[in-house]
Amino acid sequence: MVFLTHAKVRLALHELQSGLGVSLLLLHGLGERSPDVLPDWFDAWRGPIAALDFTGHGASTVPRGGGYSAEILMGDVDAALQHLGEATLFGRGLGAYIALLAAGARPDAVKGAILADGPGLAGGGSRPGSPTIAAVDPTEAGPPDPFALVEMARDLRPPDYATAFARQALHLAALERPITVCARERPEWLQAVIDEPGVEVMTLDEAIAYYTQI
Amino acid sequence: MADTLTEEAVEYPGAKRPERVRRVDSHGVGINVVEWGRADAPVVLLAHGGFDFAGTFDVFAPLLAKEGWRVVSWDHRGHGDSEHAELYSWDADVRDALSVIRSTTDEPMPVVAHSKGGGILTQLIEAQPHRFTRFVNIDGLPAHRPRPDVADHERTRLLNSEITNWLAHRRAAAGLVRKPGTIDELARRRARMNPRLSLEWLRYLVTVGARRDDDGWRWKIDPALRFGGFGPWRGDWNLQRFGGLAAPVLGILGMEPEEMGWGTRPEDVIPYMPPGSKVVGFEDTGHFVHIEKPREVAALVLDFLA
Repeated sequence: MVFLTHAKVRLALHELQSGLGVSLLLLHGLGERSPDVLPDWFDAWRGPIAALDFTGHGASTVPRGGGYSAEILMGDVDAALQHLGEATLFGRGLGAYIALLAAGARPDAVKGAILADGPGLAGGGSRPGSPTIAAVDPTEAGPPDPFALVEMARDLRPPDYATAFARQALHLAALERPITVCARERPEWLQAVIDEPGVEVMTLDEAIAYYTQI
Repeated sequence: MADTLTEEAVEYPGAKRPERVRRVDSHGVGINVVEWGRADAPVVLLAHGGFDFAGTFDVFAPLLAKEGWRVVSWDHRGHGDSEHAELYSWDADVRDALSVIRSTTDEPMPVVAHSKGGGILTQLIEAQPHRFTRFVNIDGLPAHRPRPDVADHERTRLLNSEITNWLAHRRAAAGLVRKPGTIDELARRRARMNPRLSLEWLRYLVTVGARRDDDGWRWKIDPALRFGGFGPWRGDWNLQRFGGLAAPVLGILGMEPEEMGWGTRPEDVIPYMPPGSKVVGFEDTGHFVHIEKPREVAALVLDFLA
């Protein structure tokens, strides 16, 4: 495991498999942490595999007083990309949404984003609901940070915001299939991404087999 | 020009530092709370805007305190004398505001909020209407503007460029330190964001919102914060919710467009206001209406709160 710096946060990056070529970077779901042992879903991946603990999760810093956003977690992924170089992203749930943002933000460094089911996939929906001030148990320090669990479950994901990132990946990445969806849950933002011409839908095995050849 | 590096304080006509200062723990982040006026007077809460701090009310707040109000304000996390946090977000600012209110009184109170502070208070008033009686929103009323007519692929490139710049800032944020300078240098730097405010006022603000290190003055605001940005939030979402606010609203707008303002006109927002509200536009005045016209704004606010 190595630690990376993203502003005031120390991020844990777990190196799960060594090898040559483009890395596969695993992004966990909301409230999860990086796996200690590599799941056999990734047996077909030939290159190195790493897994990132988002801010407030796993071995990464738990900040004081919350303040999470999907964009900040995208910055976590950017810190990992700075360390790894080019990488294919595999995101579960919340990690799938963050993988989409990172694929749009860094179309040169992200060699494909695989979006899979997992906790936190839907987020807070497309528009704000009735506002509430989330109560968090101050005795529960985490990880996972209870503020992350509350704030990232309410994170708004308008479909046109998600497709703006999908289009960046589709238009700016030098890759035929920069985004692949494996998730069966289809919140509005994800359905809108799937509807973008050029976004692929396939099984995880097919996606891993495809991107490991690039 | 004289080097003012060694000056301890700069006077400004009508400016008065708070009479009381205290600290509130907001879920682990230390928030600096300040007060003007009698401690047993009725409370009015002031909320500053983004990249400002409570000291920007040093002329405006005493005008309310003089008329019998206990004026309470605070520095947002990462601003002024509040602690720098690991993370910043709208929800975190709303939660910090509630921590300040809970530390002050459980009685319903009026609020006066500028710019970003107005957005934060809009959300808080909707979430907890029992805590608020009246809402003065100073140039923090967003307007729905049609997006510029830009081709889709060009919009994609513009957004990517904006995000790339933001990520570059995030990559550098760990080592960022604000540039030191004299009082005059810091005042002139701030004048780029506040082009309508006098250098005399900005020099005063340096002595309040900056600290003096061995090599010069530095703004206290967390260098990890960055003006502008992107995200899923739409200004018109806030605007559409104004009609449901239980507290009557006094909207005060500066009619001269400025980079930090929304460029909102009264006709943009009047249809959305709740009953008992009014919107006043100040001609020949920019985004910082309460700083450019403190006496006129205070008179309007005092009348609305009466």
